[in-house]
Amino acid sequence: MRQRLAGRLTLTDLAVWGIGFAILAVAIWGTVATLRSGAYSPTDWVSFFIFGLAQGGVYALIALGYTMVYGVLLMINFAHGEVFMSGTYIAYYVINAFDKAGFLDAYPIPALLIIFAVAVIVSSIVAVLLERIAYRPLRRAPRLVPLITAIGASFFLQYAFARLFGSGMKRYPDVQVLSGYWQVGQLKILHMNVIMIAAAISMMIGLYWFVQRTKTGKAIRAVAEDKDVAALMGIDVDRMIVITFIVGAALAGAAGVLFALYNKQVTHTMGFIPGIKAFTAAVLGGIGNIPGAMFGGLFIGIFESIGPSLFFSGLGVPSPSQLKDVIAFVMLVVVLIFRPTGLLGEILAEKKA
Amino acid sequence: MSELQHALKASLKMGLILGLVAVFVALTGLIEDFNELDVISGVIGLGHAILLLISMVGGYVAVGTREKRGYLTAGLMGGLIGLLIAIVLALLVVVVRSVDIRSVFVNATEALITLLIFGKDLNPGIPILLVAGSVLGALGGIFSQLPPRIRTPLLTGLGVVLLFGVLQELVGGILANFDLPKRFVRFLFASKGLTPIGALLLFVLTVLVSAGGPYIRPALRNAYDQLNPAQKSIAATGLLLIVGLVVALIFLRLPVPVPETMGGAVQALLVFGLFGLLPAAIVWLLPSLRRQPAQRDKLLLRASQLSPALFVLATLPFMLGLYWSDVFDNFGLFVLMGLGLNIVVGFAGLLDLGYVAFYAIGAYTVGVLTSPRAWLGAEWSFWAAWPIAFGIAALAGIILGVPVLRMRGDYLAIVTLGFGEIIRVLANSDLLKPYFGGAQGILEIPKPQIAGLPLLTSQHIYYLILAGCLITIFISWRLKDSRLGRAWIAIREDEDVAQAMGINLVKYKLMAFAIGALFAGVSGAIQASKLSSIYPHSFNLIVSINVLCLIIVGGLASIPGVIVGAWIMLFLPEVLRFAAEYRIMLYGVALVVMMLVRPEGFWPAAQRRRELREEAEIAGGEG
Repeated sequence: MRQRLAGRLTLTDLAVWGIGFAILAVAIWGTVATLRSGAYSPTDWVSFFIFGLAQGGVYALIALGYTMVYGVLLMINFAHGEVFMSGTYIAYYVINAFDKAGFLDAYPIPALLIIFAVAVIVSSIVAVLLERIAYRPLRRAPRLVPLITAIGASFFLQYAFARLFGSGMKRYPDVQVLSGYWQVGQLKILHMNVIMIAAAISMMIGLYWFVQRTKTGKAIRAVAEDKDVAALMGIDVDRMIVITFIVGAALAGAAGVLFALYNKQVTHTMGFIPGIKAFTAAVLGGIGNIPGAMFGGLFIGIFESIGPSLFFSGLGVPSPSQLKDVIAFVMLVVVLIFRPTGLLGEILAEKKA
Repeated sequence: MSELQHALKASLKMGLILGLVAVFVALTGLIEDFNELDVISGVIGLGHAILLLISMVGGYVAVGTREKRGYLTAGLMGGLIGLLIAIVLALLVVVVRSVDIRSVFVNATEALITLLIFGKDLNPGIPILLVAGSVLGALGGIFSQLPPRIRTPLLTGLGVVLLFGVLQELVGGILANFDLPKRFVRFLFASKGLTPIGALLLFVLTVLVSAGGPYIRPALRNAYDQLNPAQKSIAATGLLLIVGLVVALIFLRLPVPVPETMGGAVQALLVFGLFGLLPAAIVWLLPSLRRQPAQRDKLLLRASQLSPALFVLATLPFMLGLYWSDVFDNFGLFVLMGLGLNIVVGFAGLLDLGYVAFYAIGAYTVGVLTSPRAWLGAEWSFWAAWPIAFGIAALAGIILGVPVLRMRGDYLAIVTLGFGEIIRVLANSDLLKPYFGGAQGILEIPKPQIAGLPLLTSQHIYYLILAGCLITIFISWRLKDSRLGRAWIAIREDEDVAQAMGINLVKYKLMAFAIGALFAGVSGAIQASKLSSIYPHSFNLIVSINVLCLIIVGGLASIPGVIVGAWIMLFLPEVLRFAAEYRIMLYGVALVVMMLVRPEGFWPAAQRRRELREEAEIAGGEG
């Protein structure tokens, strides 16, 4: 056993792992220093954690769209962040109208449900159009080509929204039922955060059920496995791909409304950063893998929230929150150094990786 | 009957889709803003032209050039499409007039409506819109059925006139640099747009050239082939000398800063000597060609094509003026980066989305080493800092390459994207502010000097960039078919097989990262001294994405493709500068359309083209 291991160990492995361990060592050192300094109380950490979990839920919902599309088409849907944005953006006009008419305060639950439905529908429409126009004609093209159309579509959508609706920031109105918090000892738990976590988790369970138990879910998995064989089994591959896009877009649209209700604003560029983060999350969990995207998203959210204070404040780094994005990406690198196909990713064949 | 039904259905679908497109275009405000410019002064604005073009293109595409239909059917189909588009637009007019949708669509203004109904009232306005739409649609339909011999020149003529309308700033700017009589320029261009006479002239000229081209070229070739060997030599040499003469005359009209003591005749003689006499003399005196007159003539002809190209390259900044030289500089910097990324992505197949990191590293190294206000305070000269910047960029390529050695495909893409972001965030952070200036960046980077003369303007920097581009093109070209290049291509095609064939993956991958990073470092270093200040936010993800787009649009792994791609990707946005707010939107559309039309890129590498054709055949065979 030891001999086999030694034979397979190369200098490259050592160098790569060395980098990984060095990063881990810095992280541990920072953590120890921070904890010993006692700058943050346990309550702080719990509230960081809850906030991170809520944020991570949004990331996870977006990441699911990336990972599902990747599963069936083996392509990065770079415009997914814009799918996320578009539903939320249009839903703003509905929620604003409801707010002005007083409907939002009188019947908050039906109003919110309608708003979610609008966002989900708009996002789905955008995703279907995207698939039809920018991706379907390129199924057999070299792999980088759909990536470029995706980038193009992403630019187009962002700026088309800016032109159509004005490039200013739009404020989401306050919703009475969602504001406020519970006090648990020292800890403040925002209602909104709990709702985000609950909504995200229930949607993920729903998705898991859909993919694992329903006939359509089974067909989607078959398409992800092998399109040609799936077609031979009588599965309408094009339809399954469209359904995959719709499911991903619906999750993104819902995530968008949660995101906007929490952050209280929408802009045409709001999809970019969450999109990149969610993509990172999908890769972190193992791209193409649905539970992987969920865990990846939650992981990124939590680490982003806790990380800057935990790793950096003890090292005396000024304004550690600036380095939030660094943590997400460095974490990705470390995970991929030790598990090159992500947390839950199986060892993919060359053609799939 | 069923065929007619089919055609009717297709037209209906096309008309409605394009109608929605037209409404979308109108609601983005594009029509209104573009109409500020005239295509033909006082006759038609750019916004109207675009609107009308949608009808025409609709008719043209729906009728199609493949199927043969009668002119009447074609006209009716096209007309129907045009009418439908106009009806949808008319609906928009009515809706905007009766309901206030401005709170949602910010551009649904009264000005837009006035424009859509040609400044008339609703009553004559909407019928005019409907008639204009149907007529243009019908024209488009009929156009598509014309024989190609007639169709192509007409379309080219229309295209060129439209292009001049769009590019009027550029063309006007360039014409102003040539010392041309004012009257001539005013004859062609009004304050905004072509003059009607100018447009007509341009149209007729283009049609003539385009129609005559296919006949003139073979005729010339034929005439040349019928000459006897001695006459051939004389003709070829004469052509080269005439080219030299023309070039010399053009030079006299250019505002090139030459010492005033030098008279016009001397200048002309010098240029003539350099671009006409010298190449002719070299070809004639080459010992290896003395016994082969046929070869020599071929070379002379090639030289007479090459020499004006060289002339243009050498005097470009003065033809273009300051502003467009700057655009060209950026173009050159993108070519540099594109060539580097082409090695990483195109040759070695390693999808790198964080390429901007190395550009940033090159720029920051030069900044830190040369700026008197930087933390080192070293105040080195540009030439001393340069090689160090290259070295550090290449080293960074290796350092960032090591952790990703084992990653493949999209895993690699996201991790490199992360690296790019990490570098930017770090440069922007308070942590490294004492060294790299944080969000304020590094200021007062001195301009490079050659023999004590600073390269002050972008017209001067152009030559530095040109030299850089030529060298990197040469390196890429030599690498491509070298042992190294073939190893990269093997890795791109199949990593496992390449390793089995004894290719050292680690070594060759790191080489690709290092050389790619080096080229980006060159680009960054020049950029830093060109702008004399650098900020972290100019090194964001968009730069990486743009470079990736340009090499794929040009054609992956193809060196001319990089240049074509950079040209398309940079000139497109730059030319649309008057449309600043629509730039990125149109750029996105262009990316999608270009990839749909030419997925292999505009100038694909020969090998890749072959592969794609095979793949298509296999796919066709299966389907």
